[in-house]
Amino acid sequence: MAGRGRGHRTFSVEIVGIGKGESLPPSSVQPTPLFPPLDQKPVPLQTGEEAEYMLALKQEFRGAMKTLPFYIRPAAPKKDVERYSDKYQKIETSDNSLEWKPDWRRFPKELRVREKRPLRDPEKSKVPKQTKQPRVNKEEIIRKLETLEQKEEEGSSDEEEGQKKKPEEEEAEGEEEYDEEEFEDETDYIMSYFDNGEEFGGDSDENIDEAVY
Amino acid sequence: MTAQEVRLCGLLLQEHFGNVVEKVGTHLIRSGVLNLRALAHETKLPLDLVKKSLCVLVQHGMCTFGAGRRGPAGPVEYRINCEHVFHMLRYPRYIYTAKSLYGDTGELIVEEILQRGQMTMSSTVKTVADRLTHNMPEGQSMDYSEVVSVFSQLVETHFLQRCPPLASAGSSSSGAVDTPLPVATQPTEPENHPDCYKLPYINLTGQGKRRRSSEDGEADQLRYYDCDDDCGDDGIYWQVNFQRFHLHFRDQAIISAVSCKLDQSSSEIVRTMLRMSEVTTPAHAAFTQALSANEIFRALLSSYNIARPILDQYLSLLVDDPMEFVGKTGDSGGGMYVVNLHRALANLARATLESVVQERFGSRSARIFRLLLRKRHLEQKQVEDFAMIPAKEAKDMLYKLLSENLVQLQEIPKTPDYAPSRTFYLYTVNQLPTARLLLQNCYKTVGNLIERRLYETKENKRLLEKSQRIEAILASLQATGAEAAQLTEVEEMITVPERQQLESLRHHINKLDSSENQVDETIFLLKSYINSTQASH
Repeated sequence: MAGRGRGHRTFSVEIVGIGKGESLPPSSVQPTPLFPPLDQKPVPLQTGEEAEYMLALKQEFRGAMKTLPFYIRPAAPKKDVERYSDKYQKIETSDNSLEWKPDWRRFPKELRVREKRPLRDPEKSKVPKQTKQPRVNKEEIIRKLETLEQKEEEGSSDEEEGQKKKPEEEEAEGEEEYDEEEFEDETDYIMSYFDNGEEFGGDSDENIDEAVY
Repeated sequence: MTAQEVRLCGLLLQEHFGNVVEKVGTHLIRSGVLNLRALAHETKLPLDLVKKSLCVLVQHGMCTFGAGRRGPAGPVEYRINCEHVFHMLRYPRYIYTAKSLYGDTGELIVEEILQRGQMTMSSTVKTVADRLTHNMPEGQSMDYSEVVSVFSQLVETHFLQRCPPLASAGSSSSGAVDTPLPVATQPTEPENHPDCYKLPYINLTGQGKRRRSSEDGEADQLRYYDCDDDCGDDGIYWQVNFQRFHLHFRDQAIISAVSCKLDQSSSEIVRTMLRMSEVTTPAHAAFTQALSANEIFRALLSSYNIARPILDQYLSLLVDDPMEFVGKTGDSGGGMYVVNLHRALANLARATLESVVQERFGSRSARIFRLLLRKRHLEQKQVEDFAMIPAKEAKDMLYKLLSENLVQLQEIPKTPDYAPSRTFYLYTVNQLPTARLLLQNCYKTVGNLIERRLYETKENKRLLEKSQRIEAILASLQATGAEAAQLTEVEEMITVPERQQLESLRHHINKLDSSENQVDETIFLLKSYINSTQASH
């Protein structure tokens, strides 16, 4: 349709209004500038009591939403190495329960996340939860370790262990505590309060020529 | 869903509910309908976070769920209601309207329900009474009954409605028949429920409690959410009826247009007519029910001081006006008049389009645009003649409008082969597609505004945190009664250039926020026009 014949120009530019010999605007060879200068400046914003009140409402609403439990923050990123101080720092509650109580009758059943019990009582063997395999395993591991330790330590530091285990069980990740329990010796001192100074002066073996401040 | 709409939805979800909900929501919008497992798998988020996000979205009415394609036996499928997400832009306007109609109590009721998504009447009343009591001088407190009466008024005028019940009843308390979940593609309309606006009988007496400073913030939250004492309305949740608010905004727009075009008295007459037909007119009707002049005269408030013959004159003026706000449909009862809702909305949309062209391209381009709107199809030569603009400039303006897609080119061939020398090229403007184009531009604008605001906040994060800490220190010092010298010392921790920077940052953010509010007004107008046109076809 563009003209099969040689030399025949079927589309005459005059139709669209561009006369012969008239200069067209120069073709652009680069993308348009990011902030092109405006010929017409924009009209100023509406001001007045109503506009200001709505502005204040908007900002307050936004601030309020951030404090409500509907604002979901992603789980804290896992640190590269377990830090000693993690145990005493208040980590954000990464537990899986919602902080607000929806009316579950109006929600599909599958969205319901079972809440964790605040105190995991190891005597209650069958906890009716939507079983996640690791959790069941954790309880079994707790029980096994406890029975083993009780046998080893012959009840000498039983009370201490009991007290220590309760706060440890409340934490979401149990793996760290198990490692510590395995490594502790038979002492009267509570291992968690002991700092064996491994992190201090670790560079003393290297480069003695460098001045130490 | 266009790309701009998806982007805006994502930004709004992120602002109000955080990044996790944004990721879940955006993915669900893009995919249409998904079940839980697929959603968790595709977003690569932990299952619990996905469940939490969906709970939040369902609570706020932005996500609906139902039996999926495999029927009731298959997994539940979820879909996002994008219109609901866009309503979040308009929340300040809803709250302000409630304040102007029902005072501070109404304002707080609507604000609480918007924040929580759905609430029972008793918990709303308690929360609002506590908040009002908090602001009252010492010794006074807000009685529950006052809040209940304002709540009832809001329900009677249909600004609040009950949340639609689910067809599936897992609980025994409601005693409903165990029917399968409705199909996800057909959400139950809240209006279909016969008890939609019926107030429950609750026995709730008491007064708002003043929050003591020693009370823990958490304890308050628990009290809000664990309404253990059953007030008799368990399971009945209320939500904001956005459609009713939109009808109110539409009426306001029409009334202000009439008062601008004609005068105050005619706008009062139109306001009366609209008020009378509030309950009788369905939502997307093209015009209201016919009202006789006698009825209008009786319904006019005496404060307007309009005599009967004056009213007739005003009505005939309104009918003869080229904007066609009011139409005459008969002569009985002194003349039967209707308000032409659809035509009014079309005129308002047209005025918006013309205004946009004028502010963007200048008044002469706006003249060409108006000309094309009125005369439909014009040739190049005719445009120059009718607009009285020299040929070269007219050409330039036309091409600029054409490149922005505000004006279209229509080819009318004289011969079966579309030979250009024997074809008419006509310029034309179609109002509906142009309105849609501008609506998408508005969505893009709001997205840009939000992103710029987030960028500004992020750039100055350090400074903002510092100022927040200093304010906290100042507040605690003042609470413990420190001397003025200490206070000034703390205040001076922010240097003067930092203070200036903070001030300019605040100014920028305020400007961006007000711009969002204003663009939202345009979005509302254009969207109403588009919906009204679609409904009338």
